Amino acid sequence: MISKKRLPYLLLAPAVAAELVIHVVPMLAGLGMSLLKLTQFFLRDWTRAPFAGLGNFAVAVDVSAPVGADLLRSFCVTLLYAVLVVTGSWALGMLGAVLLRRPFPGRGALRALFLVPFALPVFTGVITWSFMLQRDTGLVNAVLDADAFWLIGGNSFASLVVVTIWRSWSFAFLTLTAGLAAVPPELHEAADVDGAGRWRRFRSVTLPQLAPVNRVLVLVLFLWTFNEFTTPYTLFGKVAPEEASVLSIHVYNASFSTWNLGLGSAMSVLLLLFLLLVSLGYLWLTSRRRRVPGV
Amino acid sequence: MYRAFRALALAALALFTLAPVYVMAMSSVKPLRDVQGPFTWWPSEITFAPYVEMWRTVPLAAYFANSAVVALCAMTCSTAIALFAGYAVSRYRFRGRRAFLATVLSTQMFPGILFLLPLFLIFANVDRLTGLELINSRAGLTVTYLTFSLPFAVWLLAGYLDSVPRELDEAAEVDGATPLGALFRVVVPAARPGIVAVAVYAFMTAWGEVLFASVLTDQDTRTLAVGLQAYATQANVYWNQVMAASLVVSVPVVLGFLALQRYLVAGLTAGAVKS
Repeated sequence: MISKKRLPYLLLAPAVAAELVIHVVPMLAGLGMSLLKLTQFFLRDWTRAPFAGLGNFAVAVDVSAPVGADLLRSFCVTLLYAVLVVTGSWALGMLGAVLLRRPFPGRGALRALFLVPFALPVFTGVITWSFMLQRDTGLVNAVLDADAFWLIGGNSFASLVVVTIWRSWSFAFLTLTAGLAAVPPELHEAADVDGAGRWRRFRSVTLPQLAPVNRVLVLVLFLWTFNEFTTPYTLFGKVAPEEASVLSIHVYNASFSTWNLGLGSAMSVLLLLFLLLVSLGYLWLTSRRRRVPGV
Repeated sequence: MYRAFRALALAALALFTLAPVYVMAMSSVKPLRDVQGPFTWWPSEITFAPYVEMWRTVPLAAYFANSAVVALCAMTCSTAIALFAGYAVSRYRFRGRRAFLATVLSTQMFPGILFLLPLFLIFANVDRLTGLELINSRAGLTVTYLTFSLPFAVWLLAGYLDSVPRELDEAAEVDGATPLGALFRVVVPAARPGIVAVAVYAFMTAWGEVLFASVLTDQDTRTLAVGLQAYATQANVYWNQVMAASLVVSVPVVLGFLALQRYLVAGLTAGAVKS
């Protein structure tokens, strides 16, 4: 007979084991690897790789050398990409959620339609976009009556942003719809009685009520976008154009094209540190501003 | 005024959302010449040949089988493991409970690339030391994917089980059932929608993953996501067949998601709405 005290731990054991094997141990190993001179010669037996100290980090942040300069450029591209995608997805999601708040004929169908980008497997959605963005056979050039290249050169960044927004606005919509449903209708009615217009109601009732939802949503969207791999990889293939080479792609190529896993790990550790700092700073800032009545 | 704006804005959103779906569906019934010239809104003739030929152009059946095996195994394991963990979190107050929940959730936000490199090395070394093949095998991919969906699955199931009245399992235990007996005979039937939603989510996660599959599979174990992606970025692509394949691959997932969206949405947003 299992004692009542030990039972919860036994129930958790498989979950803890899986998390340890795939998340915790590799993360610690990644920290260790970033300190090793781990090139292709040591792949089979990485315990024999020489200790490099912070050497990999020094290479990664030395912006006067090609490796560091490329990493910095990729970082700037990623930051701009994340900011644009979060802003666009949030705005579209908010628009959709607010417009579908009250019942009208066709609301259910539209709601289901707006969830489709999130429900589709990412790669099928993005593969379809890459067909639409083909120069000679794609829909985009046909609609714009242009013959531009969308998957190489300067346009590739815009393509990446739009395709990512197409997928993630759907998630913003989903979250904000659920958040709106939790706003008590009396608040809107009270604002109606006070004679507030739509824009005023949105600013004074909807936005403050959604503040806790927005707080988490914006962070989650930012983290997802910053780490996004599937979309650029599926859109561009193994070699992303320079203008759209976001960090996850950059680190992936830096690691697996040269098999310098030590350097790749150092880059991922830097990425993680940056994201941790941003997340903590963001949560700290938003928790100070959170004194809104009724929240 | 507002109604006109609403109609216009919703139409724009619907067009943006629908465009790829339309292209996917239309192009999948076009003859090859239609997708090799300038884009046309309608097929010159409707043909279902792409749905037949796609199985020969790429080893689609093999990809399909690999994806199905990996996704179904990951789904089953992840749901079972999450059910036990969720039950513990929902029904017991024990030391480390909050730490467990926080750790599990925080792994969600770390960059995949950070796990990928060490995991690759660890798998390579396990292979070398024990002969247990994890790279280029479906088993390695299954283990990886099941942990990807686990955090959210635990979170969602714990929340769902909270809504199943505790009196149910207490009554079963008074009747002489063990806690595990109560879980399977009383709680699981009552929580079926939540469990199915978690299963769908776990399946979707494994079905669409690209990063780890691109490194941890080879010719024989390639999944749909990587196989189709590799084909679609080649120089000369039969787009009508790719679109047909994409459609076939998407339909079951989208239908499952839309059918269960109520439960999934509740879970996906529970964290955001509550905090």
